[in-house]
Amino acid sequence: MTFEAAAVEAPLGESEIANFLLSNGMDVVVIPDHRAPTVTQMVFYKAGNADEPPGKSGIAHFLEHLMFKGTSKHPAGEFDAKVAEIGGEENAFTSSDYTAYYQTVTPEALGTMMEFEADRMRHLVLTDAVIVPERDVILQERRLRVEDNPEGLLEEETQATLYQNHPYRIPVIGWMHEMEQLDRTDAVAFYDRYYAPNNAILVVAGDVDAGTVWRLADKTYGAIPRGPDLPQRVRPQEPEQNTKRTVVLTDPRVTVPSFEKSWVAPCYRITEPGEAEALDLLAEILGGGTRSRINQELVVKQGIASWGGAYFQGRSLDPSSFTIYGSPRGEATIEAVEDALDAEVRKIIETGVTDVELEKGKNRLVRSMIFARDSQTGMASIYGKALATGSTVYDLEAWPLRVRAVTSTQVQAVARKYLNPDRSVAGYLLPRESATSGDKRR
Amino acid sequence: MTMFNRLPIGAAKPLLVALVFLGLAAIPARAAMAIQEVRTSSGIKAWLVEDYSIPIVTVRFAFRGGSTQDPSGKEGLANLMAGLFDEGAGDLDREAFQERLDDAGAEMRFDAGRDAVYGSMRVLADQKDVAFDLLRLAIEQPRFDQGPTDRVRAQIVSGITAQAKDPEAVAKIAWGKALYGEHPYSRQDEGTEQTLAAAKPSDLKALRKRLFARGNLTIAVAGAIDAGALKRDLDRIFGGLPAEPSLVPVAETAPKLAQEVRIPYDLPQTGLRLAYAGVSDKDPRFFAAYLMNHILGGEAFTSRLWNEVREKRGLAYHIGSTLVNSDHASALVIGTGTRPDRAAETLSLVRAEVRRMTEEGVSEEELEAAKKNVIGGYAVDHLNSSSAIANTLVAIQMEDLGIDYIERRKQLIQAVTVEDVRSVAKQLLSADPAVMIVGAPLEGRKG
Repeated sequence: MTFEAAAVEAPLGESEIANFLLSNGMDVVVIPDHRAPTVTQMVFYKAGNADEPPGKSGIAHFLEHLMFKGTSKHPAGEFDAKVAEIGGEENAFTSSDYTAYYQTVTPEALGTMMEFEADRMRHLVLTDAVIVPERDVILQERRLRVEDNPEGLLEEETQATLYQNHPYRIPVIGWMHEMEQLDRTDAVAFYDRYYAPNNAILVVAGDVDAGTVWRLADKTYGAIPRGPDLPQRVRPQEPEQNTKRTVVLTDPRVTVPSFEKSWVAPCYRITEPGEAEALDLLAEILGGGTRSRINQELVVKQGIASWGGAYFQGRSLDPSSFTIYGSPRGEATIEAVEDALDAEVRKIIETGVTDVELEKGKNRLVRSMIFARDSQTGMASIYGKALATGSTVYDLEAWPLRVRAVTSTQVQAVARKYLNPDRSVAGYLLPRESATSGDKRR
Repeated sequence: MTMFNRLPIGAAKPLLVALVFLGLAAIPARAAMAIQEVRTSSGIKAWLVEDYSIPIVTVRFAFRGGSTQDPSGKEGLANLMAGLFDEGAGDLDREAFQERLDDAGAEMRFDAGRDAVYGSMRVLADQKDVAFDLLRLAIEQPRFDQGPTDRVRAQIVSGITAQAKDPEAVAKIAWGKALYGEHPYSRQDEGTEQTLAAAKPSDLKALRKRLFARGNLTIAVAGAIDAGALKRDLDRIFGGLPAEPSLVPVAETAPKLAQEVRIPYDLPQTGLRLAYAGVSDKDPRFFAAYLMNHILGGEAFTSRLWNEVREKRGLAYHIGSTLVNSDHASALVIGTGTRPDRAAETLSLVRAEVRRMTEEGVSEEELEAAKKNVIGGYAVDHLNSSSAIANTLVAIQMEDLGIDYIERRKQLIQAVTVEDVRSVAKQLLSADPAVMIVGAPLEGRKG
């Protein structure tokens, strides 16, 4: 089945993006781009940290690391060496909803990359000899990214407070005490359950055509038997939230405080039509850059913040979050910044946005999709993430049109509906006044 | 949503406080990317890669002379200036300027490095005329109004203050001072609260006037524009600039080796950095050094340091080495972060690998693999978006390497022998390095 892009008048209309299923259920998207002799393949598995069994936090990400430890056919290091030999670039990433692997190589090497990637989809060999040092690596990664970093710690705690029941409260890297216990059995169980062609999406962007990709993919991935059908991804959902919560982190490494406030907000998959687009526009108008209300009011006009903004994370499988943030400047207090941020939200709830703001916000969002086309890996990841969180190629292609259709009434309505001040989580990162540089932390 | 990666993003990137010019390899033969040299009647030159598959135009340019040109006592001036080009120009105040830029759908950026002030613009092709006019105004007649200057300065100061107790930031400053002493390369590009307080709009105007000239300007353009149109646009954007800049000469320097810098903190992991002498990218030994570094610690997943420290022993999440090349200094720097209780072990492992490199050099197989990687990887690393193409073409021109450089480099890389690598390894790595330890004192060692 080939996706027909011609029906949609959109900036991506000429791109001839193809979308088809292999006979074993693997979803394939091809994004041709012939500007440079390179091609990126990304394989997304619809399994992330929110799919982990209780008590096994971090196993999705740990397995991502272990996927490089070799198969019966290709011992550890061979895939890396192959990518290195042809000068490719590779990495992998894990989020709450998916885990992905990618290589960017010259087009001649695409078939070989697919062979290796398909091989490790089912034939990974895990021994304790590779598990133990690699577990030390992820513990080290946690120290670097979270423990060693006040912003990282606050972010983790804020998430854990924002979500009370949904597994989005669990950090993607995992909790330290659970990570320390992860073993071979946990990794194999997660791998066996989720790593199968019918739970995977292949995105190929670059100097290739859909026919070539189909032939190569069918020969490699297509040869892997379909796995058992996975049940619907139903995670524990949030209860009704009726409290205003606060998370405070004081740390001797912090000299300038910062503030953020988050709300649980819907996502593209689960929402009334137009709501997620309206939330994207709300984030853009409220805090999307130099022309946004937060920047103009707090940073430029009042001069009380050195930076501030807002963002909406709509590309998630389950309801995600909307966040506003800022940091005081000069003599201004963090309370002043918080009050001013709240005031900007309130203004939109009470009086909405102007037609001019809305039009400009739409232009910026739509334009960002055109600029995004400049990056092959960027495009591959946009499509992979969207498909892994329940959207379709058609949804993405039609997105600019749907953004264009949003009205100012809708923007005001989503602000009123979702940014309720009585059900938010505020996070404060504060200096520890008594401590000095070099002191023992925490 | 937070993502966790197998390799830290940017781990293989510079660890030293200096601008890096990555050694350039060659692209595969099939990548016949056509670079045109465009020269206007007023003598402005640019390299152009024409491409119409996406309706955007990307312009990248550099004026040589960055933060090294900051007057003494006014460090941070070039960086502050870079933050002010979209804060009003000509008869447009900040508000009017940014509104027009937004209406034109253009992104404009300026950054000050140590050796150059860089600028770029990305715009939808059908809006380029309005956008280029704004770029011309920003370059020729930035206003540096008191209000925006004070605000941007306060933002920068806030950033400096925010980092004041961050061990990494403290370490970076100490490392720069230890390696480069009084040379401008030891400066923090953003200056300090005191030096920024001294910067007046007249200083900004004077610095722009000294730096922005046709004689030290390098331009590359990629996207939906032809040579004829580009010529007209180049004259319009840059034609009003004076012929020559007025730059203060900067002395050649080299990192000071054989020293240990300790930054004591109680941290969940210990940072280790080692600096050795480097090689200029104009030096005939450059590619031998580049390949040697690649095998030692330059290539993330297959290097010797990666294998020994991370893969075999799980001692670190990231470890890498890099050749750092600025206009007036070069160095080879190794960096990692590891468990405090095993930091001493990690450091001796690193030193043992360095010693092995000086004693044994590399094997034919390793060298072949490294050559294939840096030749094959050129397009992936350097040409995979309009911005990447424009950046690469500016860098090649700034180093004066010639329009055929991309093809020629392939041969230069292929010509490197195992003997060349061994010899350059001995020259660079036999010396006692500068070492920095950020974190708890190493166990099993005094102090």
